[in-house]
Amino acid sequence: MATALLGERIKRKEDPRLIQGRGHYVDDIVLPGLLHLAFARSPHAHARIKSVDVTAAQAAPGVVAVYTGADLQGKVGMVPCAAGIEGLKVPEHPCLAVDEVRYVGEPVAVVVANSAYTARDAVEQVEVEYDPLPVVVDPEKALAPGAPRVHSKLADNVAFVAKLEGGDWKALEAEPGIKVIRQRLINQRLAPVAMETRGVVASYSPGEDLLTVWSSTQIPHILKTQLALMSGVEENHCRVIAPEVGGGFGSKLNVYGEEGVACYVSKALGRPVKWIESRRENLQATIHGRDQINDVEVYVRPDGKVAGLKCWIIADLGAYHQLLTPAIPTLTALMIVGAYHIPCVFVETKGVFTNKMATDAYRGAGRPEATYIIERVMDLVAAELNLDPVDVRMKNFPSPKDFPLALPTGVTYDSANYQRTLKKVLKAAGYTKLRKEQERLRKKGRYLGIGLSTYVEICAMGPSSRMPAGGWEFGSVRIEPTGKVTVLSGTSPHGQGEETTFAQIVASGFGIPYEDVTVLHGDTGVVPMGIGTFGSRTTAVGGTAIYLAVERLKKKMARIAAHKLGVKPGELEFKDGKVQTAGGEKAMRFLEVVAEAIFAKQLPPGVEPGLVEQCVFEPANFTFPFGAHLAVVEVDPDTGEVRLRNYYAVDDCGRVLNPMLVDGQIHGGLVQGIGQALWEEHVYDENGQLLTGTLMDYAVPRAHQFPWFETATTETPTRVNPLGAKGVGEAGTIGSTPAIVNAVVDALRPLGVRHIDMPLKPEKIWRVLRSASAA
Amino acid sequence: MIPQSFEYHVPRTLEEASRLAAQFGADGKFLAGGHSLIPMMKLRLAAPKHLIDLTCLRDLAYIREEGEHVRIGALTTHFRIESSALLKEKCPLLPETAREIGDVQVRNRGTIGGNLAHSDPAADWPAAVLALEAELRAVSPRGERGMAAKDFFVDLMTTALASDEVLVEIKVPQLGHGTGAAYAKLHHPASGYAMVGVAAVIALRDNGAVERAAVGITGVGPKAYRAFAVETALHGKPATQAHLNAAAAHAAEGVDVNADLYASAEYRSHLARVYTRRALEAAVKRARAAATA
Ligand SMILES: Cc1cc2nc3c(=O)[nH]c(=O)nc-3n(C[C@H](O)[C@H](O)[C@H](O)COP(=O)(O)OP(=O)(O)OC[C@H]3O[C@@H](n4cnc5c(N)ncnc54)[C@H](O)[C@@H]3O)c2cc1C
Repeated sequence: MATALLGERIKRKEDPRLIQGRGHYVDDIVLPGLLHLAFARSPHAHARIKSVDVTAAQAAPGVVAVYTGADLQGKVGMVPCAAGIEGLKVPEHPCLAVDEVRYVGEPVAVVVANSAYTARDAVEQVEVEYDPLPVVVDPEKALAPGAPRVHSKLADNVAFVAKLEGGDWKALEAEPGIKVIRQRLINQRLAPVAMETRGVVASYSPGEDLLTVWSSTQIPHILKTQLALMSGVEENHCRVIAPEVGGGFGSKLNVYGEEGVACYVSKALGRPVKWIESRRENLQATIHGRDQINDVEVYVRPDGKVAGLKCWIIADLGAYHQLLTPAIPTLTALMIVGAYHIPCVFVETKGVFTNKMATDAYRGAGRPEATYIIERVMDLVAAELNLDPVDVRMKNFPSPKDFPLALPTGVTYDSANYQRTLKKVLKAAGYTKLRKEQERLRKKGRYLGIGLSTYVEICAMGPSSRMPAGGWEFGSVRIEPTGKVTVLSGTSPHGQGEETTFAQIVASGFGIPYEDVTVLHGDTGVVPMGIGTFGSRTTAVGGTAIYLAVERLKKKMARIAAHKLGVKPGELEFKDGKVQTAGGEKAMRFLEVVAEAIFAKQLPPGVEPGLVEQCVFEPANFTFPFGAHLAVVEVDPDTGEVRLRNYYAVDDCGRVLNPMLVDGQIHGGLVQGIGQALWEEHVYDENGQLLTGTLMDYAVPRAHQFPWFETATTETPTRVNPLGAKGVGEAGTIGSTPAIVNAVVDALRPLGVRHIDMPLKPEKIWRVLRSASAA
Repeated sequence: MIPQSFEYHVPRTLEEASRLAAQFGADGKFLAGGHSLIPMMKLRLAAPKHLIDLTCLRDLAYIREEGEHVRIGALTTHFRIESSALLKEKCPLLPETAREIGDVQVRNRGTIGGNLAHSDPAADWPAAVLALEAELRAVSPRGERGMAAKDFFVDLMTTALASDEVLVEIKVPQLGHGTGAAYAKLHHPASGYAMVGVAAVIALRDNGAVERAAVGITGVGPKAYRAFAVETALHGKPATQAHLNAAAAHAAEGVDVNADLYASAEYRSHLARVYTRRALEAAVKRARAAATA
């Protein structure tokens, strides 16, 4: 029972129960009288609803009720959107479609039955008559004059246009010798595919007028506010519980129509109801990620110094706004200069409606797109000027002394040493040797490619001034009479492992065993306030709140102990289960101080009994973790298959609190980022039918497809929070995608290849190889 | 992902199983490992009213050597084949193929009989049994019969089995002296099934010429097939690279080639040729090693 210190490689507290199948997810919640929901969904991408006939479904044995969009009209609020963008058009988004459907999978009616099987069967008996309307799937076509409109009440399909501009463009454009490189880069649509699909149990007790909701969510507190507004139950009569959540990746950073419907039905019938999403529904009707078209123009000097970057972003938003849909592409604009000192920036972002499911936050949320753009740009510059991509990066990095660094995009990077991570990854990979090997193999007709990505991300979201629902986080620490410590956090970890990190923070602060600390989260009835887990914020912001609460408690305990021991509070330290003077000659056991505080027999004057402190931490800025990744690939000249041979990742997420958890986050992130580069793509046909609607068609990456990842860290602490931690939840995903694409393009350089769009399916590469050999 | 309701039957004997199947006709389905049938039911692409569970017929799970043959019970799991010491020695193509199927969970549940009876156009076993010229044995109320692998696969997910026939055994001739076999597969990135899977068996004469070639190809057409044109092109020829290349060029000849999001028909035909060449190369190499051993 060694005292766990920050920075130690400690196994996760949550794993024994998860690995043994002893955790409780939404589907494990069983209540007396529970009814089950199933949704009838639109098979059309765009159609008018002529009629909905529920008689047959209603009459099926075991069916309790069937509701249509018309039944719910005016009784349940709209699906909310929290993004604040100037001039944003926010179309009505009912929980169940009323007179028009706008994407395949849009819920149209809900069946309530005594079993999930009965509900599912009865869905097939809901008869909906549709009048198909013209469909628009391609966002560029949606922008064309006369294009079918997704929302006939709106003048066109443009949800918003946002501009971001900085630097002296006039001077740059007139600069002699400046070279302009143009490229279109496509960031394809992805499905988040959390292992646990969505699910909700809603239970309304009419007597107490109390609505309790279990939801597989990343944001229980925000969800509580929104469900109160949607259902009409006062917020102080609502409780939301996020039990074990089997992954989210941003897809559960949302408020979904099905949740609103579940609350309504439970209230209407006075009985608890459950809905568990199927995988097919998950692929259709849980938010998608990415989906941007990026046209870039790079202004570069002959020596490789990038002086300006313009980008026109077309963001495919899908048919409706979910919670943060339109905000995501604005993060792309914000981070578009990456780790480089580029004085002139221009970004125009157009959010476009199409007849598809909404896009929203998917691991990285806007930043993978930015990183992909800027990291491809660096390689395009290198190729154009025939420079080594390493040199181009080194030339454009700001110096470590430049931080904090204010950028033309309007953000200020906290701290970094980009040179150090890049040098470290080059050394780990043996870069010079690799280049020689590449030369040798090229002579033999083999295509080895080396790809770099030196990313920076924006994390620890974030200062409240820049976040729609506030960016603070709540933490409280309470010491029980037996000396055990209970921690409450407003964050909502769902696989990241903060029950472990938070316990480390607390145990190391008090000098007590790590086993003595329990972390509670994800229940609005237990944790008074909170924002949630997303944007790599949980440890940096939520952990800091806990850290500060511990510091407050220590102050109080030191006062109490000092009073007893006859020393000054400042002379005391917390160590090895004791509160003691530096040498240990005067000491009280931790538990004795706790007893003094709680039984309150001899407290110093003015000191309140009890040991409970809370803190709401408001960060002054975001943090900007960074890293350098290097991928080595080999392309099969016969088939175009890409084999990922090695992957090296050096990440700097500030101070590392638990290296094992950092490794875990990086590994998982890499897999998702590499998945985007090589395999994943959520495809709709021109009629708006989803072609990748099962996991037989949508290529989720799997462990056996990857080599061992060589990971390492550097630590450049941040001053934004006292822990010095920056956040690491999304780094792997953000950094890895361009490393792979750069590697494959590098492999094919002898063939004159400059760019290939993702995913890098073998057939695409085979066609490139074939046309090169024909030329 | 909730199937329609069905009745579940547990026959205690093979006779009872096929009698139940005869009774239910088109409404009944055998259940083996369930790793093809149950996903179809969950997607509501199949909705049998009666499931007849064969997994209790334990004596249909075996691997044994008998004379010139290896006999494999239809209910033998992919994993048992993959890990069988007997097969690794006597018919290594089978463990080599098993290894390429799905993942550990799939291999622990799925059976060779279920795989062949299901006859998914991208399943792996059909290629192997075709190349090995195996005999597939089935039992029905009308008695027992054997079918040559090349006659077994009729069309897209359609086999020569009658609906009340239970596939009971796969009877594989042992490879003779100077014979080598290999399986080359490109995994579909989403499903893990074969975008193309080629099983090749090559017997070499003492002078190095090809005595016999048998090639089974899956993933390419609506059903797995014997690539007779490839085999003919090799027959009697020395197993040189040039001849292997030329023979492999016939891999997709006369086939109505599949297309999906990951491979157009044109590209898939190309893959069929490349993977056929690779399977032939590996089989020849092993045949040479077997000849000198
Ligand atoms: C995730 C996943 C990945 C997979 N990947 C692959 C892969 O890469 N390659 C591959 O080849 N397969 C793959 N499979 C399929 C797997 O191999 C199945 O196990 C196999 O296809 C069917 O065998 P089964 O025993 O599960 O049969 P079941 O699913 O139980 O039955 C399949 C069909 O065969 C019939 N049937 C079963 N046994 C008999 C019998 N003895 N006599 C007559 N009819 C019978 C059933 O009635 C049914 O119609 C995968 C499956 C999954 C779920």
